[in-house]
Amino acid sequence: MTTLPTTSTPRDLDQLGRTKSVAARVLRERLIVGTLAIAACFSILVTSTIIAVLAQETWGFFQFPNVTLGDFFGGTEWNPLLGAEKHFGIWPLVSGTLLVTVIAATFALPIGLVCAIYLSEYSSTRVRATLKPALEILAGVPTVVYGFFALTIITPVLQKVSPAFGSYNAMAAGLATGIMILPIVCSMSEDSLRAVPRSLRDGALALGGTKFDVSVKVVVPAALSGIVAAFLLAISRAIGETMIVALAAGGIAQITANPTAEVQTMTAYMVQIFLGDAPAVGVEYKSSYAVASVLFVMTFAITMIGQYILRRFREEYD
Amino acid sequence: MATPRSTASRIFSNRAFLLICLMATNIAMIVLAVLLISIFWQGWGTLSWKFITSFASRKPSEAGILAPLMGSVWVCAICGLVALPLGIGTAIFLEEFAKRTRFTRIIQTNIMNLAGVPSIVYGILGLTAFARMFGAFGTTSEDAMNFGDSESLLFLRIPFGSTVLAGGLTLMLVILPVVIISTQEALRSVPSSLRSGAFALGATRWQTVWAITLPAAIPGIMTGAILSMSRAIGESAPLLVIGGLLLVFNTPQNLMSDFAILPLQIYNWAGRPQDSFHALAASAIIVQLAVLLVFNGFAVFVRQKLQKPLQ
Amino acid sequence: MPTEPPKPLTTPAHGHHVAAQLAIPLSASAPATATAIQARGFSSWYGEFQALKSLDLEIPAQQVTAFIGPSGCGKSTFLRWINRMNDPIPSARAEGTLELQGKDLLAKSVDVVDLRRRVGMVFQKPNPFPKSIYDNVAFGPRLHKHYTRAELDELVERSLRSASIWNEVKDRLRSSALGLSGGQQQRLCIARAIAVGPEVLLMDEPCSALDPKSTLAIEELIETLADRFTIVIVTHNMQQAARVSDQTAFFFEGRLIESGNTESIFTKPKIKQTEDYVTGRFG
Repeated sequence: MTTLPTTSTPRDLDQLGRTKSVAARVLRERLIVGTLAIAACFSILVTSTIIAVLAQETWGFFQFPNVTLGDFFGGTEWNPLLGAEKHFGIWPLVSGTLLVTVIAATFALPIGLVCAIYLSEYSSTRVRATLKPALEILAGVPTVVYGFFALTIITPVLQKVSPAFGSYNAMAAGLATGIMILPIVCSMSEDSLRAVPRSLRDGALALGGTKFDVSVKVVVPAALSGIVAAFLLAISRAIGETMIVALAAGGIAQITANPTAEVQTMTAYMVQIFLGDAPAVGVEYKSSYAVASVLFVMTFAITMIGQYILRRFREEYD
Repeated sequence: MATPRSTASRIFSNRAFLLICLMATNIAMIVLAVLLISIFWQGWGTLSWKFITSFASRKPSEAGILAPLMGSVWVCAICGLVALPLGIGTAIFLEEFAKRTRFTRIIQTNIMNLAGVPSIVYGILGLTAFARMFGAFGTTSEDAMNFGDSESLLFLRIPFGSTVLAGGLTLMLVILPVVIISTQEALRSVPSSLRSGAFALGATRWQTVWAITLPAAIPGIMTGAILSMSRAIGESAPLLVIGGLLLVFNTPQNLMSDFAILPLQIYNWAGRPQDSFHALAASAIIVQLAVLLVFNGFAVFVRQKLQKPLQ
Repeated sequence: MPTEPPKPLTTPAHGHHVAAQLAIPLSASAPATATAIQARGFSSWYGEFQALKSLDLEIPAQQVTAFIGPSGCGKSTFLRWINRMNDPIPSARAEGTLELQGKDLLAKSVDVVDLRRRVGMVFQKPNPFPKSIYDNVAFGPRLHKHYTRAELDELVERSLRSASIWNEVKDRLRSSALGLSGGQQQRLCIARAIAVGPEVLLMDEPCSALDPKSTLAIEELIETLADRFTIVIVTHNMQQAARVSDQTAFFFEGRLIESGNTESIFTKPKIKQTEDYVTGRFG
């Protein structure tokens, strides 16, 4: 090293500047990594606290006399507030939730998927440029606005169609929830359709397939895991949706498949309790935590299944 | 031998599918149009400057949204101040520092799961953890601990109770997974060759993140952050659990103020039977949508402004 | 007077002197040897796959050494061990010794930051940072030292001059490096690597993404840099190896088949495989 020429070589650039402290560098790096790691652990804390709070309060609910696990999971009557005898059978609430969710999914899943196929396979840039922002606006609209829309527009229209629809009904709430999840279905499905490589489409086109053949028989199957994951996420959103059903679905907890009927969902019941005057120590109040636990377990399971499908069936195209 | 499909039928199915596509996309557009038109139809008449600058009232003609509007601003500001650093920090840790261990995989799965938890469940968590603090410090009405003068800006009370601070922190829980996931995506889109270049010059991981990766990812991070904030502004279920439908006649003074928020005011008015209140709800929705439009416009602006390479 | 050990002739301003407090300096006061880098029985794995099989190789200082061989023969893997760019890959591990100026550079105690300051790298695809030309060059030096404005200006200019790109960019130092052509970007990346004052420059197929004219410019630059740096270049292009290098090492399926003086490797290789490869019969 000493034999190197020293004129105008990069080596003598070493003499420029003051060396920074290595100790300070190492210390700063450790501090930052530590801080970031703590931030990352916060999410674990959130999940465990949710589970702990729900478990503890639900446990408290089952300590009340006349409340049993068997009644809760086997009972078909949910009547916690009125009447002499209170009944805590979860099925009417689950039924109401499922009815609204099924209506929403029947509306949003096919339309969302078709929109996604159209956007990814057919549309011109001009159509894209109008449709994409429209979907983004729909995605950004607060759910309380959809609730208002269901109550003041969808329900009156339904009542024009058939007098069977009450001023609160599952159909209006379901349709509004469907509108809410439509952008999720569409944009997530489109993402997975677009991830299918061009070469696969070219291959199918070269075999003489029409664009329809290619889209429906090649691209959609190739993107199926992503599409199913999008469907599951949308369904889980519909199950957990609160403001729409609280405004438009009504307050009668009953087991029914009739879309014209008034139903109460799990989330709507929770709203009723937290808005009401039920004392925070009473059995009615605690029952909302039990309902929240059921809701949490349902959505958590659906999310986990979606994650599993994405991981297990993801096609690698690299 | 199989009979060949007729060309005519194949062309027909192709055409028919295109028709279905157009119908589906039109439904989406029509729904949006009907939604916007009906709301403006109902709410434009009662929308005025007085409506925006007045407090609540039992008389529809005198009611305004000043308190919920300011409440939304306070709650969202608190939410953003906590959620953005926490979320961006988590994303940086997961993408740039953490080795792919079992532990980081658990954190990652956990964040995806948190993103799927219904917001009303976060409300329950916020109620227990922030508003009541697990009952560890007594209840707000009884023996709450007070710090500072209740009129001053720095007033603090433990437990927080149904206040803007509890509300903001609860909203933070709701949007945290969204912030983390969008930041991770933004960081992932930075080409790894830039990181290699910095490492090869002797940069540490943090120096690389700070000087190279973050600046390159900033447009994506900002867009994600703004969109999460617009989600926070529209979110109402968790705050309903915490505070109920408070009739508030003041704008928040400090972190311990009671709060109303705009979406809950809309819910309140929409739930009343009278048409005059529905008109107020529609007017409030117009204000809410205008705020969202500003947010989204800002996101688009940031995306385009920051993505230009420096000149 | 007690006899003090002879003072190192390099100036104490070197970063690795301070590094000594925390990490073993690699060669701060080591005498200059003819061998810059030495591998003995060096093997490496990605998970179960053995990428390098018991390598023995000496890379002489202040010369250009070319690594040649077909794709997947391990030449790039070996290059990336020399500045420990394989560290972040969890499945990558190595055995045997790999020394820089006689000090084991794989030891846990080695400060990787200091190692990379002394062993610069230029990549296959030009990867300038999305910053100004000036900031690209100043990025490395700023990591390691505090400079006055004038010092930094001088350092940037001289690095750019050394990389033969100063005349092309001197009027637009503050404009984005992304506006440069591919060949200019690659020379900027070389200037960036030079600016931190390395002893060794590793080049991983530096011309593979460039057109012939830019390739020529880089090859000429390598020649002028050769008296000041130990240069190791991985290349697919046999003509390039023959043109720019003093020493050539031929890799095949993770083994070092033959190494030595470039001229003799290309004109009278001792091993049949080498001959087949350099004459273009396979690979």
